[in-house]
Amino acid sequence: MLLGASAVTLLPRVLPLVLLSRIQLPEWGLRWLQHIPIAIMAALLTQELLISDGAFAPSWMKLMAALPAFLVAYVSRSLLGTVLTGIIAMMLVRLVF
Amino acid sequence: MCKKETFLYNPSNQEETFWQGVNDCLPTVLGYLSIGFAAGVLEKTSGLSLAEIALMSILLYAGSAQFIAAGMLALNSPPSAIIFTIFFVNLRHLLMSAAVAPYFRHIPLWKKVVLGSQLTDETFSVAMTKLVGKESGSFHWMFGLNLTAYLNWLLANIAGGIFGEWIASPSTYGLDFALAAMFIGLFMIQWTMRKKYRLDLIVAMSAVIVTIVGSIFISESTGIVMAIVIAASIGVGVETWK
Repeated sequence: MLLGASAVTLLPRVLPLVLLSRIQLPEWGLRWLQHIPIAIMAALLTQELLISDGAFAPSWMKLMAALPAFLVAYVSRSLLGTVLTGIIAMMLVRLVF
Repeated sequence: MCKKETFLYNPSNQEETFWQGVNDCLPTVLGYLSIGFAAGVLEKTSGLSLAEIALMSILLYAGSAQFIAAGMLALNSPPSAIIFTIFFVNLRHLLMSAAVAPYFRHIPLWKKVVLGSQLTDETFSVAMTKLVGKESGSFHWMFGLNLTAYLNWLLANIAGGIFGEWIASPSTYGLDFALAAMFIGLFMIQWTMRKKYRLDLIVAMSAVIVTIVGSIFISESTGIVMAIVIAASIGVGVETWK
């Protein structure tokens, strides 16, 4: 089981890196790939904050903790600062509510 | 981004060393420590031994996949069902690997395999904040980043397996929010760095909507892949029509 699961995890990680760097992508393909980081982060964040067990279920506590994290990220552009702000904000939100 | 390849990559560049990669990984360590710990606890309670937990972190090395494997093992699901589910959950790596590929054309095949095998949500995002606007990336830097995340993940899983039973729920300390906060930070850094505020916002909002719709009507992992593909296409569409 573990070997099979590892194989299906490994292949999507490695194959594009190996194959795509051999061929020259068209310009629109490169532009398409450049949108992927923003799209992935937005999608993962949506699942963290708004989705629960396959249903649309916004977590108000998480959204409240997310607000200061967004602000600190925008002002400081520091990843560590954002993570710490988020953790502390979540702790405070739980204390208050 | 230029289509012609002119390698500006300079191995002696201060910013591109292995240790700089290690350093750039540190902000993500806390977030994945808590997720890895949680994965270790779950793996332990689903009946895996410490050796099996370590082996799973080393070979599989994927948060969501390990959560699913542990959960399905506890339910006595057949191996084929577990493998099939994990394949779908990790399909997003296909897109991340493709997005990184143009920056690593210059390195030999085995190095591409090494970098690709350790690609995760956060090492990918940290790498992209570094790579945007560059012609090519440094293998040593990316390897330092990847290896730090890899070891952190392994240690966190083992710690979860060992101490899981005695430690109160991490949610009391707000640690369960570390992952979401990390995604917020990575998103905002990308967004402010690219300076294509409106375009990126359209892409992000499209991803949010498709993720919600896809997660409700199909499944959460399919929702993610759909969201990425559709949102990136919308981005190209908007750029073209403007």
